[in-house]
Amino acid sequence: MTDTTAEANGAVGSASGSLIETFERGLDAPICLTWELTYACNLSCVHCLSSSGRRDPRELTTEKCEAVIDELQAMQVFYVNIGGGEPTVRPDFWHLLEYAVDHHVGVKFSTNGVRIDPARARYLASTDYVDVQVSLDGATAEVNDRVRGPGSFDTAMRALDNLAAAGFRDAKLSVVVTRHNVPQLDEFKRIADEHGATLRLTRLRPSGRGADVWDDLHPTPAQQRELYDWLVRAGENVLTGDSFFHLAGFGGKLPGLNMCGAGRVVCLIDPVGDVYACPFAIHDAFRAGNVLTDGGFARVWRTSELFARLRAPQDGGACASCRFYDACRGGCMAAKFFTGLPLDGPDPECVQGHGEPALADPRRTVPAPGRDHSHRTAPRKRRSPGPVPVRIGRRPEPAAPPASPCQESPLAGFTATEMTSPETAER
Amino acid sequence: MADILDQAWELSPSVALRPEPFGALAYHFGNRRLTFLKRRELVEVVQGLGGAPDARTALERAGVPAAQWGAYARALRGLADADMIRQRDTTGEAP
Ligand code: SF4
Ligand code: SF4
Repeated sequence: MTDTTAEANGAVGSASGSLIETFERGLDAPICLTWELTYACNLSCVHCLSSSGRRDPRELTTEKCEAVIDELQAMQVFYVNIGGGEPTVRPDFWHLLEYAVDHHVGVKFSTNGVRIDPARARYLASTDYVDVQVSLDGATAEVNDRVRGPGSFDTAMRALDNLAAAGFRDAKLSVVVTRHNVPQLDEFKRIADEHGATLRLTRLRPSGRGADVWDDLHPTPAQQRELYDWLVRAGENVLTGDSFFHLAGFGGKLPGLNMCGAGRVVCLIDPVGDVYACPFAIHDAFRAGNVLTDGGFARVWRTSELFARLRAPQDGGACASCRFYDACRGGCMAAKFFTGLPLDGPDPECVQGHGEPALADPRRTVPAPGRDHSHRTAPRKRRSPGPVPVRIGRRPEPAAPPASPCQESPLAGFTATEMTSPETAER
Repeated sequence: MADILDQAWELSPSVALRPEPFGALAYHFGNRRLTFLKRRELVEVVQGLGGAPDARTALERAGVPAAQWGAYARALRGLADADMIRQRDTTGEAP
């Protein structure tokens, strides 16, 4: 939960206990949320969390999008993380951006850079309410383009150059950490520094097409350690969307608020208006409702049964006896769900090594993928276990998320300065 | 340093306050900081700053006992450091 301003605040870690409890019960409105405007994308990244590519014909019209923004304004959602797909390929993207800003809903948008030309960069630099996050998954074209596709490195670098030349301050360079780019962490930092940008590292999750490549791309146990040490050294100069709290067992909490915010303080609105607990959980099991057919976003947020379940007190399940549970909270709900692990057990990348045996369990059933909007250029590869056994019967009920947080959760864009009481304010 | 309680303050123009059951969330659109005001009294004080000749008056009006003013002064100082509240220019204001 610390992203953009984490560097300014040291109070979060020490003071987060009561804050986490407050958050776990849920708020009247999300602190900030992710909104994917379109499933259309010019790229076909192999790990795309939303399996994007083709536009969905049911995507919200401009008017419906404006109505959503009106509602966010009324709920005082300060900030929305706009993504996709590639949001800037929507013809009304720039209009919606201005509409949001005019209605006091701040925007941070993620882009592969395709439309960030010098003129757009100058416009973006001229407003306070917009933050831009450029995705890059390799510090060299070779490593990046293997994941994000040919030419995508150059596109992202051009966008960063244009933003820097226009005087845009503090853009985010957003990197999903993989087996291939762990050795490049210093390089990423250098690229960010050279552009006056801030590096943001996030966790690869087996969501969307990420499920197909997770086995091959997720960092090895030795790399997890390397990553943790690097993050500790970098401190608050590098943002993480609080997405690495499952690494806490290596030594101690990383900066930020450590909890899963799914359905509690964050959520996702997808291009057709479906509301999910988290951007990494696009699956029927985590669908809370739809802004068009269920009476609007506020109603879904406040009355969804799924969200009520996620906000109910959780116990740690198989993790409860782990001495790192307080910081790790059993890891990421989406990572467990999409690898077919029990939601109240250890994370597939548990630093205590409980993930590997769980992944090796022959009874493990990987859930069928949720929505798929991939370009239909090549048949989709499935990961190693072979054909996915489709389970007939009740859909899996999500247990509560680990009582830990994460900034993929849109929360990751915030500095949480806690003021528990006037007595503690000077910290 | 001058006593913050003797000065005139107001919520920064870039800040939005959102009431919550525990108090309020305050968000600064410029520096993108989110702050949790975890006491309703503090929220009332902050909201009252703009209409009070000085912070002390805002504390009185919110019914904060004088014994707690020191703690509140520190809280306000913290908010000022984060640009959540700003010192107000009082020239031209009726005394
Ligand atoms: S920890 Fe929770 S909020 Fe974060 S990605 Fe996983 S499911 Fe989503
Ligand atoms: S056992 Fe559970 S709580 Fe402990 S480190 Fe592993 S995932 Fe985290």
